[in-house]
Amino acid sequence: MTAPTDQQLIDFVIRETRLIDQHRFEEWLDLFAEDGFYWMPLEWGQTDPRLTTSLMYEDKLLLKIRVERLKGNRTFSQKPKSRCHHVLQTPQVDSRNEAANEYVTWTPMHYVETRLDQQDLYAAWATHTLAMVDGALKIKLKRVDIVNCDAAFGNIQLFM
Amino acid sequence: MARYRGNLEAIKGLVRETEVHRDVYIDEEVFQLEMEHVFANTWAYVGHDSQVAKPGDYYGTTIGTQPILMVRHTDNTVKVLHNRCPHKGTRITTESCGNTGKFFRCPYHAWSFKTDGSLLAIPLKKGYENTGVEQSHAGRGMSPVKHVHNYRGFVFAKLNDVGPGFEEFFGDSLSSFDNMVDRSPAGRLEVAGGVLRYMHNCNWKMLVENQTDTCHPMVAHESSAGTAIEVWKNAPPGAKKPMAVEIYAPFMAPYEFFENMGIRVWPNGHGHTGVHHSIHSDYSAVPGYFEKMAAAHGEERAKAILNENRHNTVYFPNIMIKGPIQLVRVFKPIAANKTLVESWTFRLVDAPDMLLERTLMYNRLINAPTSVVGHDDLEMYERAQEGLHVDANQWVNLQRLYDPSEVPDTTAVTNGTTEWQMRNQFRAWSKFMTMSM
Ligand code: FES
Ligand SMILES: [Fe+2]
Repeated sequence: MTAPTDQQLIDFVIRETRLIDQHRFEEWLDLFAEDGFYWMPLEWGQTDPRLTTSLMYEDKLLLKIRVERLKGNRTFSQKPKSRCHHVLQTPQVDSRNEAANEYVTWTPMHYVETRLDQQDLYAAWATHTLAMVDGALKIKLKRVDIVNCDAAFGNIQLFM
Repeated sequence: MARYRGNLEAIKGLVRETEVHRDVYIDEEVFQLEMEHVFANTWAYVGHDSQVAKPGDYYGTTIGTQPILMVRHTDNTVKVLHNRCPHKGTRITTESCGNTGKFFRCPYHAWSFKTDGSLLAIPLKKGYENTGVEQSHAGRGMSPVKHVHNYRGFVFAKLNDVGPGFEEFFGDSLSSFDNMVDRSPAGRLEVAGGVLRYMHNCNWKMLVENQTDTCHPMVAHESSAGTAIEVWKNAPPGAKKPMAVEIYAPFMAPYEFFENMGIRVWPNGHGHTGVHHSIHSDYSAVPGYFEKMAAAHGEERAKAILNENRHNTVYFPNIMIKGPIQLVRVFKPIAANKTLVESWTFRLVDAPDMLLERTLMYNRLINAPTSVVGHDDLEMYERAQEGLHVDANQWVNLQRLYDPSEVPDTTAVTNGTTEWQMRNQFRAWSKFMTMSM
């Protein structure tokens, strides 16, 4: 198996958020490994997703429920639909472990979610743990640390 | 121009037998009066004593819109103080929790106070000689809230002298707290996991009413719970149902399920759904838990405790607890159209970690700002907050399963889809709102 180049890791992360911004959620879901997780901690510097509460800690099944729900005819909180927009700094490759098939990137970002007249801005860092699976990069873990993770938010309906 | 202040008849006119006027949700003057009366004449939830385990530990919160703090005093009792410096008003603590040591020190001019609020020292004290400061508000230190009660770890306070005592106010409704605490083999709970805070652009009472609104889950949550069920149908045959699907699926239970679960009302606006069963009844057993419970309580008693699966217990005015999963939700009023929802979770001391894990999963799937179930509900509250501005109909209907012989302020068990508990809350609202006018 050929190891990904740094540029491939960077391109992957950039494309991942683009799929979200373009509402291509099923293609986005395909980027996750079968045992992949999306994690949005509630605590600053949180280490445990199980016995500390998170905003999100979701496997592929739960993510799929979200994606299906967004399309649902009776999903009233998406009538009208939310839109979103990511601005990323260039992802930085933090570690490459070819033997363990594990690559970690770190990406500071601003995320905007809008619905009706409301626009909310969040600042966050995304940490991607990626692996090569059947010749393609997949997400083992996408961790999103919101800068003010412990603030009281209104609805966050899409994906950072 | 004041329409409600000083107008007892106008306030009384807001609550009818089976409907309430929209001003209880949208009018800022009514909101202000609620803060002065409803939240002062009743026993408000402050926090859990495990948040202030050691002397000097404090936790800052609000009653209504007023800042208070709870602190473990040197004699090990829990005190509740108004969170302002008696000198010029500076809030004494801003971090939500911490340890202050033996005394509080105001960061502005360094007046200091013992942890029961009494004045300890003022720098350059001679400037106050012969000024009579001892007789002033300031000279008496931080004002304590006089009426404080710690019930099995849950701390409540009442700001006003008027209003019923603790036992009279809660009566038999405390059985829901009992069941939650009894589920610990050690008979003790601890705040654990972290609090989810979720901002709502709606009136606080919409959230309170929703807790016993059993005709909405299968409708409003079809999008989330219904989708979860649909997606799970594609699981490979024989796959073990994940905890998350066990949590989502019962929201789609049919009307009969909710009718048969029953609702119990208690005096003073308290009540609960799930008299006979609830959405929490069919969770998978957690290995090793029953054995611990049986060892602590005896098998009979352990079974009785665990077979009580109350759904939502509402304590007037603004909290809801879920005994079977150790969750407390606080609906904190900020303005007529703004409410902060805090969802607190607890560890059953001496029980397996998996119970806390499930509680936290429930909390983030249902009560987080990122929760799809939360999105379903908030959409409805916000639409109601807007829709109520229609002048053509100014009344909200609470008539479901109303019987003209319905006795106010009583204990009763009835059909699980009744709106009796909502009527019960508004009768209590009227009573405590006007009690000190
Ligand atoms: S305001 Fe607190 S010491 Fe002056
Ligand atoms: Fe709901």
